[in-house]
Amino acid sequence: MFEDGLIFLNELFLERLNYVIYVVLLLIGLHAMIAKNNFIKKLIGMSIFQTAIILFYVSIGVKEGATIPIYLPEHDPHGEQAYATGGPEALTVEQVTSYANPLPHVLMLTAIVVGVATLGLALALCQKIYQGYGTVEEDELMAKLEKEDASSRKPKTHPAGKSSSKPEVSSRAKRSGTNSVGKTTAPQAKKSSGARKTKAPVKKATRKSDQKKGDSK
Amino acid sequence: MKNTSLIPVVLVGFLLFYASTDFPEWGDPQSPASSSPVSSHFIAKTGVDTEVPNMVTAVLADYRGFDTMLETVVVFIAGMAVLAILRNFSRKKPVKRGHEVSVEPDLIVTNTVRLVVPVIQIFSFYVLAHGHVSPGGGFQGGVLMGASFILIALSWDLERALTRFPINRCMVVAALGILLYAGIGVLSMALGGEFLDYAELEKVLPVSREMARYHAMLGVEIGVGFTVTAIMFALYANLSSRGRLEGGL
Repeated sequence: MFEDGLIFLNELFLERLNYVIYVVLLLIGLHAMIAKNNFIKKLIGMSIFQTAIILFYVSIGVKEGATIPIYLPEHDPHGEQAYATGGPEALTVEQVTSYANPLPHVLMLTAIVVGVATLGLALALCQKIYQGYGTVEEDELMAKLEKEDASSRKPKTHPAGKSSSKPEVSSRAKRSGTNSVGKTTAPQAKKSSGARKTKAPVKKATRKSDQKKGDSK
Repeated sequence: MKNTSLIPVVLVGFLLFYASTDFPEWGDPQSPASSSPVSSHFIAKTGVDTEVPNMVTAVLADYRGFDTMLETVVVFIAGMAVLAILRNFSRKKPVKRGHEVSVEPDLIVTNTVRLVVPVIQIFSFYVLAHGHVSPGGGFQGGVLMGASFILIALSWDLERALTRFPINRCMVVAALGILLYAGIGVLSMALGGEFLDYAELEKVLPVSREMARYHAMLGVEIGVGFTVTAIMFALYANLSSRGRLEGGL
């Protein structure tokens, strides 16, 4: 039992140290993305996560006793050897093992640049959120959004809510209609027209609040 | 709250550590990635197919040409999106904050940058054009070129960099890069091949089929370099000035 564990640790930390490093980096990034409250810190976590993946790929491309994936002078398609034999020749199996795997490098090359572009996009979104709400802390932002939702509901006497589904809205409107019946003793026939009327202002109000989100502050 | 987030982290960590003992050892020549027919084919045949000594460039621009083209489009779209999110056309003067002070650009910094920027730009051309025979290529050269403009913006101010590379020209250059890339693909299609089948360009270039691929790759890399240069600078210019394109950091 103890020896098995020792072999496991030996395999993990001596022969596969690259995987340990990438897993640790990946976990740091994952934890930052989940637990941190600040959007910028979340983005830093995302970058660390990305770096872990890049490290994983590049470390897989390593080959013992191999050189970088650029042809040595003796295999160079424009080298003296190629001229002597009248053009480059395909490499043999032994020669192939002397070059590192080019594929992970290619994949990560594009991933790095696209990662920078997406990071820039995410930072732009963060900046816009900060312009709109004055904070990039998740809990403060959520509190402000809740407040705004509540204040957009207040001006109307009836419970406007979010007007998500049709039957819900009509039932709410009916309820408000009955309330108004109790107060003003309006005729029953106006109920349905009231239901129709109340729907439109609700939508307008939510739209206005949406616009305010973008413009104000 | 913070402790509950540890649960998925620990779970994922346990699974990944548990799985990593099944992965190949460090530098194992017999690992699945190294012994796969795909990478063996790339290593063995790149010289014969394209006469490009740098396999990474050949795989990037030729064998995986579609992938690289659409990655470039992703970079372009990200730049456009940042512009759309942040662009602020209002003529109002931005409110000055407490920590902002207006100082003349430092003499030592600006003179150093004056010396360094041309070297960076020439080096970026070298990296871009020499990407076939040494480490380099369109992405790296483009990033270097964009960095030189960012350096100007950092040492003087954003206006100075924008007079050299206006944001409208940025977008034109970025679109031009993708157009160049796709144009080479369409041209090879018009000459009877498939999209991005560069070998067909031998009909318009005075070279062999292999060397046609070699030269088309250079054109494609230049297209990538254009797009990356412009988008890197556009990202910086927009992010540092909150879309106003003045003042900046």
